[in-house]
Formats: sequence, structure tokens, C-alpha cells
Amino acid sequence: MTLRDKAAVVGVGSTPYYKRGRSLPQTPFELAGKAMLAALDDAGLAVDDVDGLALYSFGLGGDTSLFAQVMGIPEVRFTAMLTGGGGGAAGSVGLAAAAIASGMATCVVSLMSLQQAVSRFGASFAPKRVAGAQYAAPPTPEGNFIQPAGLMGPGQMFAVLTQRHMHLYGTKREHLAEVVISTRENARRRETSIMRDELTLDDYFAARMIAEPLCLFDFCLECDGAVAVITVGADRARDLRHPPAYVRATAHGGHGRWGQAITWMGMPDDEFASSGHRPVAQRLWEMAGSGPEAVDVALLYDHFSPMVILQLEDYGFCPVGEGGPFVADGNIRWKTGSIPVNTHGGNLSEAYIIGMTHVREAVEQIRGTAVNQVDDAAVALVTGGPASIPVSSLLLAREPVS
Amino acid sequence: MTTAQLPPAELIRLVPDVFTKPFWDAAAEHRLVIPRCTTCETFRLPPSAFCWRCRAQEVDWVEHDGRGTVYAFTVVHHPILPDLADSVPYVPAVVELPGTGGCRLVGALQGIDVEDARIGMDVELVWRDVRDGETVPTFRPAS
Repeated sequence: MTLRDKAAVVGVGSTPYYKRGRSLPQTPFELAGKAMLAALDDAGLAVDDVDGLALYSFGLGGDTSLFAQVMGIPEVRFTAMLTGGGGGAAGSVGLAAAAIASGMATCVVSLMSLQQAVSRFGASFAPKRVAGAQYAAPPTPEGNFIQPAGLMGPGQMFAVLTQRHMHLYGTKREHLAEVVISTRENARRRETSIMRDELTLDDYFAARMIAEPLCLFDFCLECDGAVAVITVGADRARDLRHPPAYVRATAHGGHGRWGQAITWMGMPDDEFASSGHRPVAQRLWEMAGSGPEAVDVALLYDHFSPMVILQLEDYGFCPVGEGGPFVADGNIRWKTGSIPVNTHGGNLSEAYIIGMTHVREAVEQIRGTAVNQVDDAAVALVTGGPASIPVSSLLLAREPVS
Repeated sequence: MTTAQLPPAELIRLVPDVFTKPFWDAAAEHRLVIPRCTTCETFRLPPSAFCWRCRAQEVDWVEHDGRGTVYAFTVVHHPILPDLADSVPYVPAVVELPGTGGCRLVGALQGIDVEDARIGMDVELVWRDVRDGETVPTFRPAS
């Protein structure tokens, strides 16, 4: 039993992408509904077809019960959510495929709705009830071993991992800049992008430092918006409006001792300066029956620019420790690189909808309709995280293997 | 020259549970103790209900001199909260404690120019009393 090519993504839809707060007075729940309706319309399906929800990180902006009631879903046969946060972005579609392959549901929605007007993730580990920390969590016995040092936001924490990577392998700020600038170049050509201005190396080095070595442009955007995708069985997918994007392979999880990752800093020495994705990547390639050489375009979760470099290593596009020079050599550029990355402009420059824009872009690449289309794209990699467990990934393909 | 500051004490609140309380009780007395599994002698931080290696629960609280090496760090320049505005730059550091099988303790570096923070530097623990009965670890360059 394998999930390989048993299901396919057949619809994608989204609201406009907004800068933080600009989606008001819409509610997160309303954004979710609009994205689902757009995705169903794209697929040529209707709410009456929907019988499952496969989610991550509380993506509905509410609970399935109210969503199904308000949207009039005839019968919910599957509703589940990956634990954790943004690590599950790609894996939520894998969860949909699992629901379909097991026979529990036939038409499954995966969805992320985000409204950062009221929840800024940048200070998400700061103590609650402090001004500016609306999203913040209450102190915990475990957090007490991190937060008193002043680590109160994910950017600061990933900065710590990045410093270690630089120390071990000689990774430089110029390497991070190449991720940022190549991503911006992709975003500039897209009307959906929030950041469309040219960004030069001088601009990058002139930006204010947030937490060394990460400057303003190494951080993703703060956004509102929603993205939904519809997954159905492979046989049914062939009869719908668009060419299917087959779920070639998917995996989520990670080593147990990767654990809470940036919020405990006790990960094993040999993977501290990693994205946490190595075991998930290995299972993804095993299910696919292929490796990174078969991937035409990679949509890598980019909440912070160095995590693109670490994922390129962990998915085997280059050896561990060589991600910096690999990007500096132009390998991730659209049109000219060996593996174009984040052709949609990513979380860094297009929009941050907790990774669901990466799934949308993968589908458009496989259909051949992407704005920055990779020639003859047949296989697209999507990742979620890097984060605490689970991290996840998804391989979408234009044709089934057999 | 920019001297490292410390995050404001008002943002620090300890909420010990039954497993972490002995650590913080000792910290309030300016003693560093690390739980070590009585069965397989594996150290663990933070203190927790089970030994991650052998799943036994009982521990010995082993005193440590608080000397270690910086494993990784960042220099925080931007105050992500208004309450941090007067406290930047500060330097959260992950410090590896020798003799504990690789246990790491996280604390801010003090008594240092932020430019001088380095991975691999030797540091020693400095207890910081944030309020009566609540004391947290920080580190300074080893003497």
C-alpha cells in the first residue's frame, strides 16, 4: 500500500493577498469560505461534492463544525488536522490524499485562512498580555528554558540556527541575499505579489538588522488572506476541468528528538543546523521512487531566507553544508537555474499565507499556467515548515508513474 | 563598542511544574542542578517526566559549575515588542554544558561587547535575580 498517485489536486483558489490588517472587515472564517468556493469553482465542483477537510495549524479560522454548518456541506465524512503549525502546510494535502486512498472521503478541502491584524506571529513566544504580542502564548514550564534569554520570536530563534550553519559551513549573508533577491525577482512579475519593487544587494545590506544574521528582508511578510485546494481520487480527477496534479508522494513528521526544535534548542548535534526535514525527505523520495533529480521546480517554505538553503541541503539538491555556494552559483533562479525555487515569490515577497501559496504555485506549474512557468514542469516539490514536528512535504506530478 | 544588555525582567515569569521546580528552586539559591536519569545516567534539559533514552522517571539532581561553551547565539537588534525598546541589543545564547552528554542551557550573554560574541567561546553562568524567588541563568565570558 502506498499513496503514490492515488489522488490528485484538482482545484486551487484564493482570496486576494493583503498586507496585515487590510482584509478587514472580512473575518478569517469568511476568507476561508471565499477561498474554498474559488477552489471548487476552479475544479468545476460544488460544495455538495465536499465531504472532507484535511487541515493544519487551525487553518479554517474556526472549527469544522461551524464551517460545515455555515457553508452547507451536506455530510462531513473526514475532518482532521495535522498537529503543529506551518510545518504541516504541504502535509495537509497529503492528509487529504490519505483520507481519499483509505476510502473515508472522496473530495477533500485543505485550507489556510490567515488574518494577522489580530495575530502577529513575529512575537509569538513573548509573554501574553504584553502590548504588541496579541498572539503570544502563556509561559510554560518548557518555555521557561528559552524565553528568559530573550528569545520571543521565531525569527530570533531561526537566527540562532543560521549562526550555527554559518559557523560550521562558512555560509554568508551574501548567500541569504541571493535567496531574498531571486525570490523578489520572481515576485516582481506577478500581480498577486505584495512586494514588487526591485531589491538590490545594496538595498539588502542597507536594511535594518533584526536578529543577527537576519535583516528585515530575510523575514517573510505579514499578511491576510486565504488559499484552498481541492483533492479527489485519481480516477475522478481525470474527468474534471483542469489536468490533475497527482500526489506522487507525501510525508510528514520528523525525528522525535527534533521535537520542539527552535523552542527548545536541544536538537541532536548532527542536525541542529538543518531544517529538520531530512527524515521526511527520505520518506518522500522512497514513496516517489525518485529523488531530487526528478524535480523541476521547488516551492520551499520560506518564512526566513536561510531555511531555503537548509532545505535545499536536506532534500539533496546539494550536499549538506554547500547550500550557500549552491544558491550563490545561480542554481535557484527561474529560467537559468538548475532547480528554480519559489517561482511565485514565496512567503518572502509574494504573500505569507503560512505556506499554502506554495501548494497553489505547484499546481499552477504542473498545469503549465504559472506566471513564471518552468518549461515542461512535470514534478513540483512543496514543503511546509521548517518548524517543530511535524514538518512535511508533497510531490505533485503531471503524469502518474504507471 | 556596544555592550550587550539583558531582556527586561518584567517579561520573565517562571511557571515551574513538578518536574522543573527543583531546577528553579536551586536556581533561586544560585545553584545549577541538572537532572540525571538514575537508571541510564542520561542527563536531560529541560527537566521532564521521562528519560528520553530509557523512559525511566527517577532522577538525581547533579550540581554543575555552570561553565560551558557557546554553541550558537544571535544578537537581537530590533525590539519585536515595545517593552524591549530599551533592552536592545541583547544576545541570547545556547550554551553547551560539558560533562552532561551535550545538554544545552539557554541564557543571555552579559558583560560583553556584542561584536565579540562567538560560537565556541568559553562562558560561565551568572545568576540573574528577576524578582524574589525567581532567578534565571545568564552567561558572561569565562574568567
